[in-house]
Amino acid sequence: MSRRIAVVGAGMAAARFAERFHALGGEAEVTLYGAEPRAPYNRVLLADVLTGRYDAEAITLPSGDAALRVGAEVGSLDTAARTLRLVGGEQQSYDQLVLATGANPVLPPIRGLRREPGGLKAGVHALRTVSDCRQLAEHAARARRAVVVGGGVLGVSAARALAALGLPVEIVHQGPQLIERQLDEQAGRALQGGLARLGVVTYCGNRARAVRGAERVTGVELAGGYLLETDLVVLACGVRPRTGLAHSAGLLVRTGVLVDDRLAASAADTYAIGDCAEHRGVVHGLAGPAWEQADVLAARLSGADPDAVFTGSRPLARLSAGPLEYAAFGEVADEGPGLDVLRLTDATRGSYKKLVLRGDRLVGGILLGDLATVGAFTRAYERDDPLPREPLHLLTTLGAF
Amino acid sequence: MTTTDTHCPYCSLQCGMRLRAPQAGRPEAVEVLERPDFPVNLGALCGKGRSAAAVLSPAARLTAPLVRDGRDGALREASWEEALERAATGLRAAQQRHGRDAAGVFGGGGLTNEKAYLLGKFARVALRSASIDYNGRFCMSSAAAAHRQAFGIDRGLPFPLADIPRSGCVILVGANPAATMPPAVRYLRELQENGGRLIVVDPRRTATAEPADLHLQPVPGTDLALALGLLHLVIADGHLDEDFIARRTSGFAAARAAAMAHWPERVERITGVPTEQLRAAVAMFTGAGTGMVLTARGPEQHSKGTDTVSAWINLCLATGNAGRIGSGYGCLTGQGNGQGGREHGQKADQLPGYRSIEDPAARAHIARVWAVPADELPRSGRSAYELLDTLGEDGGVRALLLMGSNPVVSAPRAGHVTERLGALDFLVVSDLVLSETAQLADVVLPAAQWAEESGTTTNLEGRVILRRKAVDPPPGVREDLYVLRELAARLGVRRGFPADPEEVFEELRRASAGGPADYAGISYARIEAEDGVFWPCPAVDHPGTPRLFLDRFATPDGRARFAAVAHRPAAEEPDAEYPWYLTTGRVVAQYQSGAQTRRVPELNRAAPGPFVELHPQLARRLEVAEGDLLAVTSRRGRAVAPARVTDTIRPDTVFMPFHWGGAGRANSLTNPALDPTSKMPEFKVCAVRVERAGVRPAEVTG
Repeated sequence: MSRRIAVVGAGMAAARFAERFHALGGEAEVTLYGAEPRAPYNRVLLADVLTGRYDAEAITLPSGDAALRVGAEVGSLDTAARTLRLVGGEQQSYDQLVLATGANPVLPPIRGLRREPGGLKAGVHALRTVSDCRQLAEHAARARRAVVVGGGVLGVSAARALAALGLPVEIVHQGPQLIERQLDEQAGRALQGGLARLGVVTYCGNRARAVRGAERVTGVELAGGYLLETDLVVLACGVRPRTGLAHSAGLLVRTGVLVDDRLAASAADTYAIGDCAEHRGVVHGLAGPAWEQADVLAARLSGADPDAVFTGSRPLARLSAGPLEYAAFGEVADEGPGLDVLRLTDATRGSYKKLVLRGDRLVGGILLGDLATVGAFTRAYERDDPLPREPLHLLTTLGAF
Repeated sequence: MTTTDTHCPYCSLQCGMRLRAPQAGRPEAVEVLERPDFPVNLGALCGKGRSAAAVLSPAARLTAPLVRDGRDGALREASWEEALERAATGLRAAQQRHGRDAAGVFGGGGLTNEKAYLLGKFARVALRSASIDYNGRFCMSSAAAAHRQAFGIDRGLPFPLADIPRSGCVILVGANPAATMPPAVRYLRELQENGGRLIVVDPRRTATAEPADLHLQPVPGTDLALALGLLHLVIADGHLDEDFIARRTSGFAAARAAAMAHWPERVERITGVPTEQLRAAVAMFTGAGTGMVLTARGPEQHSKGTDTVSAWINLCLATGNAGRIGSGYGCLTGQGNGQGGREHGQKADQLPGYRSIEDPAARAHIARVWAVPADELPRSGRSAYELLDTLGEDGGVRALLLMGSNPVVSAPRAGHVTERLGALDFLVVSDLVLSETAQLADVVLPAAQWAEESGTTTNLEGRVILRRKAVDPPPGVREDLYVLRELAARLGVRRGFPADPEEVFEELRRASAGGPADYAGISYARIEAEDGVFWPCPAVDHPGTPRLFLDRFATPDGRARFAAVAHRPAAEEPDAEYPWYLTTGRVVAQYQSGAQTRRVPELNRAAPGPFVELHPQLARRLEVAEGDLLAVTSRRGRAVAPARVTDTIRPDTVFMPFHWGGAGRANSLTNPALDPTSKMPEFKVCAVRVERAGVRPAEVTG
């Protein structure tokens, strides 16, 4: 009997692992167990499934020649016996296990979010799966206005998508500015301005306290007492690694399932990749690093490169949501010992660009609104090369490559 | 004083030219004139073509056979009788000691169809050896493999060049015709004059890219991701030709899934091409009504070359741009007979007519034409680099006949290949000049060249054309067909190797009949009367096929096949030790390994030697200036050449032309990582270190 690799999860990391494992000539029966009722798809594109740019069926991802078990949620693991049990009771054994269980949306501490008993109140949506997306799209078609709770990347994308569907949208964001984890204050403001032009109003420094409405949503109450009337709410308050299964199986879990540079978890022949994994204290939660991890593990397990290791990622935040676009990475704060800042602002064209340098190294940067130099900008960050004294070529195409 | 209508000796355009020959005895006085009525180039010629007659001069070439006495002896002149006898003895001795496959043949894409055909027959019938391949493997084999996968047939262009100006938009990928085939540039100019758009994809802003409507400048080795990203946007932005996909293709769902894994922001990260430019390219290509994608060595010479070409074909198929006039995928073949050279049996896995050597029916057919038992025909042998890599080894070739190729300069990891050639028991080279490879030979046979013999070639359009003899070769020089006849006879095969090209062509017609590349209906007379005949041409009353696929594709079900392909990095990516990309290519005044063009004074004045092109940012970083000697080092070797600083290249990439041997040999550096399907080496990208060289200019020679 040939080697069996069980992959728990059928999301982006799982699909990438399966596709690479096959492409690299790996010989094993790979099975993907996915809780969702469909083949793996590209979650990055969900906001544009909402706008109708992509057909929900058309965003399916390749998964090599892996067997797909859809609608098959794994309920428990026995890593010593190398068996897993599906929620329906079916038991399967394996030789190697890959946890790619992904992440769940965080439900914020807001009163009236849930209906009794269980489930979200009618009109309240997450945006993590195609199924979420479908329900949201159906609702958006007859909704009058929308409130997005959370002004991170997902919140901004969702707000833009809803605005593209013709809805007036309001974002309630607890932070001082939009996407404060990736942008500085000025970029956040510029993004807010861009959203405003699309019909999206943003309330930063505001917390949603309660969702109003008995059966259905009628409004969102802010901490300051202000009431936003709405019949549609999208929750975009971040995600949390799905680690319950790993935890009950006795694997070491902190924020995510702990893995080493080989992506091995704390039990033999058990690995974790993607949004559920915690590597060197970091849970990436982005598609790029998830695929880098999948590539490394596929190289190891297929035998193509048994010594491949994952030593970390240099993630670049890259939003392109209709007319709103930015690329950002690293330390983007203005202040700090030994930091030099180069900044270009073009209020007319709505662009904002910034480089943060320490000596001759680029340690952070933002391009917003005008990404003509994004190729050179990204390369400079990835290669970590010493920069020329005036690296204006990273900000403008005028007179430089 | 007579004039002869013939064709240029150089690239796959095979421009028509007229030769005026003076009185006998002064071949260098042959004049190259315009031949304005030939449709491909309408009289236009580039500097290489105009000066081609210079290589006819006895001063530039070999005029007597050379042999070497003992391993360490010098080459000395010998009679033809002695040279041929030694050659046959050397081949026979290797087979007696090490088996049939120990004698091998290495051919070239510059050989006429007749030579290529007879060379393949020589290997299979006279030597009965599986060991034969040719330098075309280094040329367009990736495009050939992708072509066959998608369309069921491999002809570089499925349409005449004259269709290019009728297209709405042409994407040129890794092609620089302004340097490699200047007379073809008129078609691109006419395209733009007609309102069509030109998109050029190249890590360098070449003379071809300069006038383009859009120039995409990706990281070397990322064309595959780029093509997938464009297909992604075609899908996302609603530009699919659903009707075409449904009626004329298969395999779209898997190709769509592959494209979904390459969304624009990810592709931007991989390629360095901003998403804005990706969107602009898609808008231009899909907004034009009809579109073509033409690739050349840029995307093809990679360890993922076949998949890369497949991804560009996918883009054409998804937008309905195939099998319709003004649209389609095509490969700009490189060598003079790069097309015909791959159809008639020089390839390790093929028999004449583009037949598979493993196909029992094909074997039976060819065996009948050759009058040998089918089971005596050898099976597939090693591909070009694999053949060269194992020269002199157990199980490898011990004695090699090399015709029309100069691997010491043109093969990847050329230092190693040179070593392997040195490890042979015996090397015989047939060439017009004493090339770097011929200098290593035990026997050198001086061959006649283009103006001195007749024969057909098949240009990049699939148009079979006829080169006509205009002058006699100098005394002491013989034709390759003569060499093959004489060697076969000395190996005991006295029939089936005619020295007359038309006689060989007549046999080739029969051999190719019924195969994918069917020449059965083509004759020298028809070629002359019709300005060439496009294959397939299965019967004398068949008009030939200028445009393929108008009704069906050449697959069993008539549908073109999408390929589900995924991007992956180059076999060697830059790292701390070798931080820069090297890409290699050509300059306008030299051709391939330079064996011919480096012997033409006017071309050498224009392009005297190798150089290292680099961006001003990189030059500042390395603290080097224009003209400084740079040492470029890879894991395989080192090359030294002067710096040429220009902002037309990416700052993370250096470029070297590969036309020269010696210290400035670009192929000392290149990576022989092979494409699993086409066996194409990765000429177009490897990782290098660049530093100021610790040598003086005098030590560097072309």
